[in-house]
Amino acid sequence: MHKLEDNRAWFLVIPVFVLVAFNAVVPLMTVVNYSVQDIFGPGQRAFVGVEWFREMLRDPTVQSAFLRQILFSLLVLAMQIPLGVGVALLLPRSGWKSSLAIILVAIPLLVPFNVVGTIWQVYARPEIGLFGRLINATGIDYNYTASPLAAWVTLLLMDAWHWAPLVILLAFAGLCSIPEPYYQAARIDGASRAAVFRFIELPKLRGVLTIAVLLRFMDSFMIYTEPFVVTGGGPGSSTTFLSIRLVNMAVGQFDLGPAAAFSLMYFLVILLFSYVFYTIMKLNNAR
Amino acid sequence: MTIRLENVGRRVDGAMHLSGIDLVLEPGRLYVLFGRTHAGKTSLLRVLAGLDRPSEGRMTENGADLAAVPVPSRNVAFVYQQFVNYPSFSVGENIAAPLRRRGLSAEEISRRVTDVARRVQLESFLDRLPGQLSGGQQQRLAIARALAREASLMLFDEPLVNLDYKLREGLREELRGLFRQGRQIVVYATTEPEEALQMGGTTIVLHEGRVVQQGPAQEIYRKPQSALVASIFSEPPMNLVPARIEADRLRIGTLSIPRPAHIPAGLQGECRIGLQPHRVRHAESPGAIRLEGEMLLAEVDGSSTFAHFTAAGHPWVARIEGVHALHPGTAFAGHVDPRDLYVFAADGALVAPAATGGPVHG
Repeated sequence: MHKLEDNRAWFLVIPVFVLVAFNAVVPLMTVVNYSVQDIFGPGQRAFVGVEWFREMLRDPTVQSAFLRQILFSLLVLAMQIPLGVGVALLLPRSGWKSSLAIILVAIPLLVPFNVVGTIWQVYARPEIGLFGRLINATGIDYNYTASPLAAWVTLLLMDAWHWAPLVILLAFAGLCSIPEPYYQAARIDGASRAAVFRFIELPKLRGVLTIAVLLRFMDSFMIYTEPFVVTGGGPGSSTTFLSIRLVNMAVGQFDLGPAAAFSLMYFLVILLFSYVFYTIMKLNNAR
Repeated sequence: MTIRLENVGRRVDGAMHLSGIDLVLEPGRLYVLFGRTHAGKTSLLRVLAGLDRPSEGRMTENGADLAAVPVPSRNVAFVYQQFVNYPSFSVGENIAAPLRRRGLSAEEISRRVTDVARRVQLESFLDRLPGQLSGGQQQRLAIARALAREASLMLFDEPLVNLDYKLREGLREELRGLFRQGRQIVVYATTEPEEALQMGGTTIVLHEGRVVQQGPAQEIYRKPQSALVASIFSEPPMNLVPARIEADRLRIGTLSIPRPAHIPAGLQGECRIGLQPHRVRHAESPGAIRLEGEMLLAEVDGSSTFAHFTAAGHPWVARIEGVHALHPGTAFAGHVDPRDLYVFAADGALVAPAATGGPVHG
């Protein structure tokens, strides 16, 4: 009797197992399956072991996409973290002005990714876009479809427009949680504005900034939709980031084996980087 | 240096926060600012610190107007309810922070840091960050920073409120020791009468932005100048019941007793009598008034029982030593020595304090 009752607990656990199996384990294992086989057609395949992994590691287009990706993510962090903290410091902390500012700041976060891409694709066009024409009117030759530098600048500006608000909101929340007596104590100590930022606000923001850096790193390292819509990876391959290269390989060239090996390594790299970031920052915080 | 406040008031957007404050604060003395929440304690501390300017009145230091002196040049230390320390500085660096600004030599700073850290018992934690300390240690660090500053005016805004009972007792004792040594003015805000009684010094009772009484806490407790002070400066609040003084009787509701001898001769008419809850006794004693009635509610706090009961047509609270099983709805009789009764005039002013004076009980 008791045994029967004990076993019933499985019915409560099974739905979760099924759910996780279908949305995570099965798709992932499919990818693992592809990554170790060469598939010629339905029913025709050969086991190749780690051959695809080896090939992908040696592939110069993958290597260059990887370096490009790292550069992009680092630039994103270098731009958006200081920008986010800076803007958060300027926002009013209370009253209707504060609410209004928060709503205005948050708007870009609500725009779907491909719409962001489309907006900037048009906005930055040298012949018809407001931004593109304005830049060209100042005498700077700006065309993101022709110049790699212009393409990078466009993508970085677009990403900052889209995602710096997230950093602003996080930093703002962190600033609002600093109790008023800290500022009073600073006033009594005669601390300058810069000293208040350096010795009170920045240390108090550590926790939220850790989260902001992690989120922005992961998201920017996985970026696909916006550069796909704006530049399509060009000009040439100057904005072909990892996921663009991956989709070209999987969907364009239909090289499923190499693409699967690539995907797995991509996933592991993100996991590894995030873990390293997190550990470093956690150690820093505990110091 | 003596700080003098003359008719100081502060209004914010038409709302009165402080009004007609007259105070003289002498060096080397401790002042306990007592009042319920929103009595104006923090407002007064902020004005004293120079964080807010009084909207009326004058504040002078040795005769010189203080209003014009900017906050950093005031030589003020402020300790808050929250534990405010520099989060990225170690304990030692935190204590050194106010010293560094004065341009002392490195040896002098380290000597003073060690000295202050020893006084607040943090000398073995000098390398820790504030986040790695317990609540009590964090507050001791904040106090250490205030001490290191050697300010002539030290302000404490309910510094022990966020600590647990045990720590609070210990730290309060330490603070009293620290205050005894100094030449500075210490102003210490609290909402607890018990804390005011334990701290000593001069207690200033604030109510709705005004000073309603000042003097040693014991004296305020024994001789509250008004029914208002009597009710806020005791926990649980003093029983205040309307009564009538006649030629040779005192009528309390439906009860009539012989006129107690400590009521000044010739006084007659409507009044209010006050009775400290702990002066109501369970046991009978000769000459005691018997307050007979019905139990409403009993609360036990571990060592004593709070009995809420009705008698003579009025609700009363008694604090009885020991744990008693008193059930709502049952009969209750409290015994009161008539000499324990305070008498307040109809307008609330004290007419006759209790004649017993007895031991103070928080």
